Amino acid sequence: MNQTLLYDGSVKGFFTAVFEYYERKLKTSTIRRLQGYESGLFEAPVEVITDQVKSERVMRGLQKKTPKGTVDMLVKVLHTELPDAEEVALQVVQLAFASPRGLRMDYREPCILRMKEINRMVNREIHRMHAFVRFQKTIDSIYAATIRPDFDVIPFIGSHFEKRYADQQWMIYDTSRDYGIFYDLKAVSTVKLTNPSWVGNRQLDEKILADGESNFKEAWAKYFHATCIQERKNMRLHLQHVPHRYWKYLPEKTKV
Amino acid sequence: MKQSIDEKLKILADAAKYDVSCASSGSNRKNAGKGLGNASRMGICHSYSEDGRCISLLKILLTNFCIYDCAYCVSRKSNDVPRVAFTVDEIVDLTINFYRRNYIEGLFLSSGIFKNADYTNERLIRIAKKLRKEHRFNGYIHLKIIPGASAEVMEEAGRYADRLSVNLEIPTERSLKKIAPEKDHISVYEPMDWLTTRIDEYKEDRKKYRKVHSFAPGGQSTQVIVGASPERDLEILQLSSALYNKQKLRRVYYSGYIPVSADIRLPAVKQAPLKREHRLYQADWLFRFYGFDMDEIVSENHPELDLEVDPKLAYALRNPSLFPVDINKAPYELILRIPGIGVKTAQMIIKSRRYGKVRLEDVKRMGAAVNRAKYFIYIQGRTLPAVADDPTKIRSQIIYSGKNAQTRLF
Repeated sequence: MNQTLLYDGSVKGFFTAVFEYYERKLKTSTIRRLQGYESGLFEAPVEVITDQVKSERVMRGLQKKTPKGTVDMLVKVLHTELPDAEEVALQVVQLAFASPRGLRMDYREPCILRMKEINRMVNREIHRMHAFVRFQKTIDSIYAATIRPDFDVIPFIGSHFEKRYADQQWMIYDTSRDYGIFYDLKAVSTVKLTNPSWVGNRQLDEKILADGESNFKEAWAKYFHATCIQERKNMRLHLQHVPHRYWKYLPEKTKV
Repeated sequence: MKQSIDEKLKILADAAKYDVSCASSGSNRKNAGKGLGNASRMGICHSYSEDGRCISLLKILLTNFCIYDCAYCVSRKSNDVPRVAFTVDEIVDLTINFYRRNYIEGLFLSSGIFKNADYTNERLIRIAKKLRKEHRFNGYIHLKIIPGASAEVMEEAGRYADRLSVNLEIPTERSLKKIAPEKDHISVYEPMDWLTTRIDEYKEDRKKYRKVHSFAPGGQSTQVIVGASPERDLEILQLSSALYNKQKLRRVYYSGYIPVSADIRLPAVKQAPLKREHRLYQADWLFRFYGFDMDEIVSENHPELDLEVDPKLAYALRNPSLFPVDINKAPYELILRIPGIGVKTAQMIIKSRRYGKVRLEDVKRMGAAVNRAKYFIYIQGRTLPAVADDPTKIRSQIIYSGKNAQTRLF
């Protein structure tokens, strides 16, 4: 019978479920997120309690059985919230443990190709956040930005901003997943605001912005339009690079 | 005051936009000692203007006053446009404030020429120096070197900039003389060659000594205007291959000429040659990343790039004897020559075929453009399309299917 294992949505949770899968010698089985799970008629799902030791054992085993970088790729797959994320990840894990020589990067294998493809999507979203995050300076001199990325990429973008903006306090907040990262000039930490008050399209309230902040947005928008060569205007190409859903971040694309 | 800075920004960004270089890549300046910024090796495009070009750097002129009268340039002295100039602090402030808000990777600073080359360059350097020294700014800085610059001035520019560029603009001396009478190629090649030597020296020094102050770690680039003079693609691409090989440039940019004036020294063009420019970039890519020699892409027999098909497909159609290529046996270099197969797919094929036969479906799933590749791939047991031995028919089928796909899209 198909046994469904439910986990809490964390990476550790998933690998704990993998541990249980092997421990209980489950033949056919699926791993799903607890959140949003709807039980089928003939299913009796088992909830897996996240366990640090068990998940680490699986991850260590995987490190040995897979080429360098594979575990990081699986972690990114698990952060996508895509419907097939767990399925793909489990298939890759099964392949790795099934073969005595470990995982082979054979792209004819659908789950390997899909893992690669999903990683390309996640990496593109990470890159887009590096590009499209727009800070606004607040009255308490924090450079703050709100985002709503396609995937949960907050865990992957902190190091870039930490290296770059080492001498200013900054915060990047994912308003749809309701958490963010904050840099206090020393280190980056995860934050969850108790009373976030967004305005409009989940933007920062103008009232908390530093004096003259809108001048920079306006200057930037002017620059954006001046640097375009009208004779070469190509909106199709423009939209390909800056799809509509990113416009909300960009002062150059919103009317000031 | 505020108004005037915005006004200047508009005019001086507008005048700078014809310089197409936007790269913020190739440098690896670190943010040492918790200052502001660093250079990302990959480069980041923070926005794209409505013409579809990447916006990575704040690209502006210090001033659009200019003593020269080059017909292709919007800032030529005979052109009736408002003239303005930024102060050093204005540019420094804009750069820092845009950078802190993550609008840009850094600054690309150029200028109209006032007095002479060195005088102008010194003003540009002053800004870069202030950013680096007073604001501990480690973001990307691209400085334009005005043709005719002296060694002392370039030495200083290289100290603060990540990338330097001297623009060739017009591909041949003969055409340049007609269009920009005050300029000559020697004043471009002299600084360019000096930079080539100096950048090599810096790289050597860095291998030997641990601490050596950097010199243009992002290398140098140049720009060639296409369509303002009669050179064929052959001459242009021969020129770029020389610039890549001899001057060791990181990039040659091609700028399809946009009529900025009705100057009688220039051909009457209505539309910028965008298609041609695109094909030149594709050829440039084949040369730099696909192991092609320029004479395989253009030669006296076919001096112009085919506008209807990309240069890699054109090459395959001219060399039917090399195809079809057996993707399960052929070396990587040959697989890379198959139209519709890029670097990523080629690498995936090489990795996967160790474990078994790679089929056409696999290649398709790996991301290849099979509509083009299918005529050129041999797989044991697979029958090639009926027209595969007739390049003319392949060509028309591919063009036809491309057009069909477009009409379906809209």
